[in-house]
Amino acid sequence: MGASQTRPEHNYDDLTDKSGFSQEQIKNLYQRFQQLSGNHEKISRDDLDRIPALNNNPIRKQIITAFFDKRNQHQNDVGSLDEIGFEQFLMVMSHFRPVNSTATEEEKVTVRKQKLRFLFNMHDTDNDGIITLDEYRTVVEELLSQSGAIETEVARSIADAAMLEVASTNVPHMAPDDFYEGITFEHFEQILKGIEMESRMSIRFLDMNTATMRCGKLSS
Amino acid sequence: MAPIQRSSTLRLTGLLCLLFLVFFSRGFASHDAVSEKSSGTIQEDSRGQANSTAHKKTFPVLSFNYEHVRTPFEISLWILLALFMKLGFHIIPTVSHIVPESCLLIFVGLLVGGIIKATGEQPPVLDSNLFFLYLLPPIILDAGYFLPMRPFTENIGTILMFAVVGTLWNVFFIGGMMYAVCQIDAAKLAHVDLLSCLLFGSIISAVDPVSVLAVFEEIHINELLHILVFGESLLNDAVTVVLYHLFKEFAHEQAITVTGAVLGVISFFVVSLGGVMVGVIYGIVGAFTSRFTSYSRVIEPLFVFLYSYMAYLSAEIFHLSGIMSLIACGVIMRPYVEANISHKSYTTVKYFLKMWSSVSDTLIFIFLGVSTVAGPHTWNWIFVIFTVIFCLVSRVLGVIGLTAFINKFRIVKLTKKDQFIIAYGGLRGAIAFSLGFLLNNNEIKNLFLTAIITVIFFTVFVQGMTIRPLVELLAVKKKKESKESINEEIHTQFLDHLLTGIEDICGHYGHHHWKDKLNRFNKTYVKRWLIAGERSTEPQLISFYNKMELKQAMMMVESGSAAKLPTIVSTVSIRNVQAKGSPKPSRAISKSREEEIRRVLRANLQNTRQRLRSYSRYELLNDALEDDISEARFRKQKEMERRMSHYLTVPANRQETPPVRKVFFQPEHKVYTYDDSESPRGRASPSCADDVSELKETPEKPDQSSTPRANRDAELKPKEQDDQGDQLKVSRCLSDPGPNPEDDEDSTFLP
Repeated sequence: MGASQTRPEHNYDDLTDKSGFSQEQIKNLYQRFQQLSGNHEKISRDDLDRIPALNNNPIRKQIITAFFDKRNQHQNDVGSLDEIGFEQFLMVMSHFRPVNSTATEEEKVTVRKQKLRFLFNMHDTDNDGIITLDEYRTVVEELLSQSGAIETEVARSIADAAMLEVASTNVPHMAPDDFYEGITFEHFEQILKGIEMESRMSIRFLDMNTATMRCGKLSS
Repeated sequence: MAPIQRSSTLRLTGLLCLLFLVFFSRGFASHDAVSEKSSGTIQEDSRGQANSTAHKKTFPVLSFNYEHVRTPFEISLWILLALFMKLGFHIIPTVSHIVPESCLLIFVGLLVGGIIKATGEQPPVLDSNLFFLYLLPPIILDAGYFLPMRPFTENIGTILMFAVVGTLWNVFFIGGMMYAVCQIDAAKLAHVDLLSCLLFGSIISAVDPVSVLAVFEEIHINELLHILVFGESLLNDAVTVVLYHLFKEFAHEQAITVTGAVLGVISFFVVSLGGVMVGVIYGIVGAFTSRFTSYSRVIEPLFVFLYSYMAYLSAEIFHLSGIMSLIACGVIMRPYVEANISHKSYTTVKYFLKMWSSVSDTLIFIFLGVSTVAGPHTWNWIFVIFTVIFCLVSRVLGVIGLTAFINKFRIVKLTKKDQFIIAYGGLRGAIAFSLGFLLNNNEIKNLFLTAIITVIFFTVFVQGMTIRPLVELLAVKKKKESKESINEEIHTQFLDHLLTGIEDICGHYGHHHWKDKLNRFNKTYVKRWLIAGERSTEPQLISFYNKMELKQAMMMVESGSAAKLPTIVSTVSIRNVQAKGSPKPSRAISKSREEEIRRVLRANLQNTRQRLRSYSRYELLNDALEDDISEARFRKQKEMERRMSHYLTVPANRQETPPVRKVFFQPEHKVYTYDDSESPRGRASPSCADDVSELKETPEKPDQSSTPRANRDAELKPKEQDDQGDQLKVSRCLSDPGPNPEDDEDSTFLP
């Protein structure tokens, strides 16, 4: 890998504050970024597409899209980018940082909301603030896409049942003619409160070594 | 107060009857020796005389021969005693709130032992053979088969640390400190050498799964702590086995050599990995066998039990860790076997395992009490007291030290409260006693046994009784009610894939990456071999969904009744969720398959009325009457609910998926008891016409406005109901890979 120079534009301290990673972690992630981008400054979707290990992942499209989604940048923008720089890469990664064990309850709640928001954005592709039945159906279909010849009908009935469950828990009494528009963020939080997001949705960032990074190298 | 008095008098009479029975059998035991001899002589006499005067002795109309059935009779009596005790404790709830069941059972054992001793008999001691070969395996199998895999694998590193390093630390600390204590002149224990002390340490330091299960099951702490302590108690068996045999061998030679130590380490790996391998082999063979058991469903559960038991015994042959083998077998076998066996067999397996482990558990504690009264004791104040103290101290130190180390690698750190519960939950139990009992008979053995029993009593009584109030006091997180929700399942899987993807993008081969690889390997190769038929390609989400639908259908059938309608949580139905004008809701199976199944079911329902049932002991007949009753109730149920939810059910030709309610499901390993009170009320003639008329007669909906609709509903063509009933039965059939509806039912039912 050689001696990685600290690029003058990247102020590591600044990044540490924004993303919450440590210097060591940022260095490691930067090396990975360089590898993915082929030593350019920005990554495009194709760069991520080329990672071989992702081929087996049924939701790779959504994952890659999430990186280029402006909503995940902790700013109030919407829309998507074509390329992202290191800072944006880091911001997306920061969603997966484990929460500090020393964090207070409020901090944990904030982190939890953040992670749930990320998930919500992944499902809510048209960015109208709710997950409609069609969007949810897409999610389930994608999840089952790798499992062979599953008919879409199965996926749809599962998605329907899930949607119904959300509606039943959140809006218990609906008249027969009411229409449940879709899952709002509050409902989303409600149904997933059984899963401890702050611990479940995190990966370890510290112990990466260059050997494994070489294994994941792109063929180019 | 009256019911309590009544139940306590009941219990008292029961207890007295039992004690009487015990007396009786004991009495006979001593009479037997005499009567046998005399009957023997009489017989000889009679035979001798038979040649000469055959008709002199009258034919014994009623004779008495107790010796003949003695052993099984006594065993049955003991088991009955255990069961009555268990029943008694549940009838009287006040005591069992304060004192855990295990304590009460030991106490009863003490009583019974005392009574037996008072009659002059030698009370039976907990034979180690009996314990290790018959009493322990059911408990371990039950635990292993229903081991919650996700928390177990997520915490496997921590569990292994506690099990291996923690136990090693305990052994050497206790052994060393006890040796130091023995050097004190005042103790008069100079004859106890270092090796014996280490041997003692290895016996006493292992956390016992039986006690942990018995106590922790009653306090319902959160899953993480439960799996940590419980997993540790299971996995430390390998360490215990190795150290025990090691020190026992070396006790002969009075010295430990370096080669000995090295061999010990190697032996540890051989014992643990060998045990696991034996279990895995048996598990795979068992799973493979279950692929073919559709030809004879009745014996399916036996395969599960026997393969697991054989795994345990095979491991014991080579002095490998039987417990780890048993756990490995259960864990490996379970996903594949469950996909293959019928729903009834699954229930049977579950119930039998629960039953056996429950009986074993009770018997073990009672025998522990009896053995305490029986065994020769050498009470040495200093030795015993220091043993107890050092056990506690070493446990606390070990847990604190290990947690400090482990927390560096954990995402969810262990808090001080967690550490306290883990330390406090380190209970000793019958395994320690049995191992001590296996020691060679010498003067030290009684000393050790006394100390072991004291420690067991201390941990079970003191720690067992106080852990519940402590848990309340410290406000430790309790087990959350597991509502199996399809959303959580979807998102759990989604998260798995997401995190694997992120790890791949990071280039980091972490936890999720390997788990994903394992899953894919499982799906492409293993499942194809071990699961029969179509189920092998069924993704997990779909199996989950089907299971859920099945459970819901069953719950609706059982929980509802003619008089009492289930409290419907919400009036939301599928119509509210789907956009107007959206295409017709989907099926769970292909249309052609559904038609086929429907056709067969309809044909079958007709056959039902004309069927002659031939009784066969070897075939498990689907109790069609039972099915029909459930079917009828089901249909009635559905009708009622639909009325309640203002739902006009005129599906043109198809019915939508039943409204999914968030119902509380029992977690899988709990035994679900069906409310049998409804069965007498089921009508015996379930024809569609009857149903319709019934519905007209029972307007029980609380909502008056739906009455006009009800009438309209009741006028639906019987065909509709048939459809719906079939539909629901179809969804039941789908997740129940029971006997092929096309084949078995026809062959069994037609005369």
